[in-house]
Amino acid sequence: MKRREFLGSAALATAGSLLTRRVVFADTAGQSRLVVIVMRGAVDGLSAVPPVGDPDYVKLRGALAIATPGAADGALKLDGLFGLHPAFSFLQQSYVARELVVCHAVASGYRERSHFDGQNVLESGGVMPGTLDTGWLNRALDSLPRGATGGAPAVALGANVPLLLRGPVDVTSWSPTRLTAVDDDSLQRVAELYAGDPLLSKRLGEALAADAIARGTAEGLAGGMSGDATGMKPPARANRSRYDEVARAAAGFLRHDHGPRLAVFDTTGWDTHANEGGARGQLAQRFLELDAGLRTLKEQSGPAWRNTAVIAITEFGRTAAVNGTGGSDHGTGTVALLLGGAVNGGRMLADWPGLSQRALYQQRDLAPTLDLRAVLKGVLADHMGVPQHALDDEVFPDSGTIRPVRDLIRA
Amino acid sequence: MRDPVVVAIAANRFGLGARPGELDHIAPDPHGWLTAQLEGPAPLIADPALHDTVYVVSMIEETRKMNRDARAHAMKAGGAMAAADVGGVNNGAIFGPQYTAEVLARLQQGATTERPFVERIVQFWSNHFAVSVDKGDLAGLAGCYEREAIRPYVLGHFSELLLAAETHPAMLMYLDNFRSAGPQSAAASHIRHAGINENLAREILELHTLGVDGGYSQADVIAFARVISGWSIGTAEGGFAGGGLPGTFDFRSNLHEPGAQQVDGRVYEQAGQAQGRAVLDDLARNPATAHHIATKLARHFIADEPGDDTVRGIARSFIDSKGHLPTVYRSVVSQAQAWEQPLPKYKTPSDYVFSMYRALQLPATPPGKGAQGIFDTLGQRTWMPASPAGYPDRSADWDGGSALMKRLQWAGQMGRRFGATLDARQLAPQLLGATLTAATRTALDRAASGAQALLLLLASPEFLHR
Repeated sequence: MKRREFLGSAALATAGSLLTRRVVFADTAGQSRLVVIVMRGAVDGLSAVPPVGDPDYVKLRGALAIATPGAADGALKLDGLFGLHPAFSFLQQSYVARELVVCHAVASGYRERSHFDGQNVLESGGVMPGTLDTGWLNRALDSLPRGATGGAPAVALGANVPLLLRGPVDVTSWSPTRLTAVDDDSLQRVAELYAGDPLLSKRLGEALAADAIARGTAEGLAGGMSGDATGMKPPARANRSRYDEVARAAAGFLRHDHGPRLAVFDTTGWDTHANEGGARGQLAQRFLELDAGLRTLKEQSGPAWRNTAVIAITEFGRTAAVNGTGGSDHGTGTVALLLGGAVNGGRMLADWPGLSQRALYQQRDLAPTLDLRAVLKGVLADHMGVPQHALDDEVFPDSGTIRPVRDLIRA
Repeated sequence: MRDPVVVAIAANRFGLGARPGELDHIAPDPHGWLTAQLEGPAPLIADPALHDTVYVVSMIEETRKMNRDARAHAMKAGGAMAAADVGGVNNGAIFGPQYTAEVLARLQQGATTERPFVERIVQFWSNHFAVSVDKGDLAGLAGCYEREAIRPYVLGHFSELLLAAETHPAMLMYLDNFRSAGPQSAAASHIRHAGINENLAREILELHTLGVDGGYSQADVIAFARVISGWSIGTAEGGFAGGGLPGTFDFRSNLHEPGAQQVDGRVYEQAGQAQGRAVLDDLARNPATAHHIATKLARHFIADEPGDDTVRGIARSFIDSKGHLPTVYRSVVSQAQAWEQPLPKYKTPSDYVFSMYRALQLPATPPGKGAQGIFDTLGQRTWMPASPAGYPDRSADWDGGSALMKRLQWAGQMGRRFGATLDARQLAPQLLGATLTAATRTALDRAASGAQALLLLLASPEFLHR
């Protein structure tokens, strides 16, 4: 029995296969794709997008300072004040092609310095850590009208669903496997065994739906991405970027006609307390990997890129001054990157407070002048059609005073 | 007559999962079986193939020296940019085999031990005082750390375990304290780029003792960082040479911030490392620490959301016994909530692997065969949590669909491998006891093959939970 028929069979009714229960968005957002990349560990925004034109920059940053555009290993020019870290060649191209908005001096409402709590606020969209056990992105999906086609509206790429995507709306998770697939008859019996356990039933249904899409994607993509029954095989290519596989998977899911419209994945290695490096070194390496992953995401999206927005966010920034171990400690203001064919880009979004002693937050961090929720609201409203009242009350509770940033998305 | 569910709970939730025959062995006195394991010294892993901390740190130093020499050479030949381009030695090639050996030794220990309650306790503390091999040099050290700084102390007092963890070279490297220099320290005035690093101080307060709501401030973090500046590692290498035996804890007075510090409302005037020890002792005694630890123990052994009374009871035993850990564990075992529901917790990938190995009495395959890879495949590579907070401990953190599918696939593989020789219908009551449901028993009876029956047993809701 083919898996698709099996999924539709009565035996699976209790497993809640998501292919038999379909969801779509309102037409205006029907084609919009959104990728959220969570950068865990507090990315050093002052290194990712160095304010090379700021008079206090070089002295504060010491060994971490990036040279001005034009110098050896210098920043890539954005405008008169800011540059990009030299590792970000794809991002610079995107900026020139007007597909990138760089947000700086941005932060969530969280002002302490715990990764744990900071990420909790970043993903839950709450004001305080630990108050919500669902994510703003799932609640945003929940505010959108349901329709008649498609599978699960969102996919978490990785072994588990992050807080960002947990909530009332069913989402799916997927990651590639090297184990042999379970045969259909056994799967059916497992589904029956799970009939009395709603959570396991749901998860099994999601996993099967995701595998079906992954396989369909692998078969459908031109260019030799043949996969085994459950996985997409990455291309044999030397020097694969760390995020190549997940970027391909994200693009693959989003290209699929009946696939999800949202994808989420993690990046790590950002917590550079020691030996951070400046133009070269550990953090530069992480930037190279991220840049390559974003390039892959665009390349693999094909025509869907036109309708895609990617936002990369982190829980907080790092100290403005270099610390005693050649790195930086937990800070506050940082960057967020908004990229995609759907983005109205080619500009900075930053109300720059400066890096003088007076201007630094608690005399140590880049002061935030833009709430990350304002940026997220703008993207959710204009790209995904999430209603304003939902944004203010449910998606980001108690955020009525935070107005969405407009014009981030092309008309 | 003991409630038979209690027997299954003892083996499967407090232990690492029943081995065949274990439930029968436990049945006369499951509580007694648990508490008896707390007597005597903690079980150690003695495997001559494993290197100790001193040796591994010397390997780390050697690789760093090689990197330094290569960069210096490149600098002379081609200048600063050439030096920055030097790739550095391959940490994976050098420390990979040690990491693999350690993971397999630990798997073997968990698969065969007759004190699985203590074994689970070791894993709990190792995750509480987490280090992560995502920091390159630690791939070879994480196993040593668990064997030397955690294991021997889990049946003593919390204050001793705390000190052992915070003074082990793995922790001092992972959270960057070994180079941290106080602003007024001797080093700060004449070593370029020397300065304070807050990381370890913060995580001791936030994660290891008081907890994020334990009532400390940023000022306490800074002060505590100064207190433990100088808590470092002996080394023979380079500009940092000196002090005690290389690869062991070394208090470096030239890095230490002189003078009194105020941490969490109390002034500490001691000199040298006595200052830090005094702070740690007070943190160990702080009721907030008792509450924090009690909450984590309850979450791990009882339920994702333990009741307030349960947590209070455990915290009370912590305070009254001054952190005597076996007393605290006995308190966990005695909580009524622990025995009310048989299978409240979803197994983490690591739990699932250990319970599988015990259920099927698998030997960990010889090093190099890749058995350690299953942890990564199922989504929880050993000693590689994403942050110093360690791996999370709630079902929602682990119960994703894709992770479930991996377990099913592995169960399928085990089914094919053992299905002809193991009868799942006989094995099921041995593993699950009174938690085996009629639905699962029926599914096993109706299975199309031995392999399929075994898959269904290992994929059953009862086996996925503990």
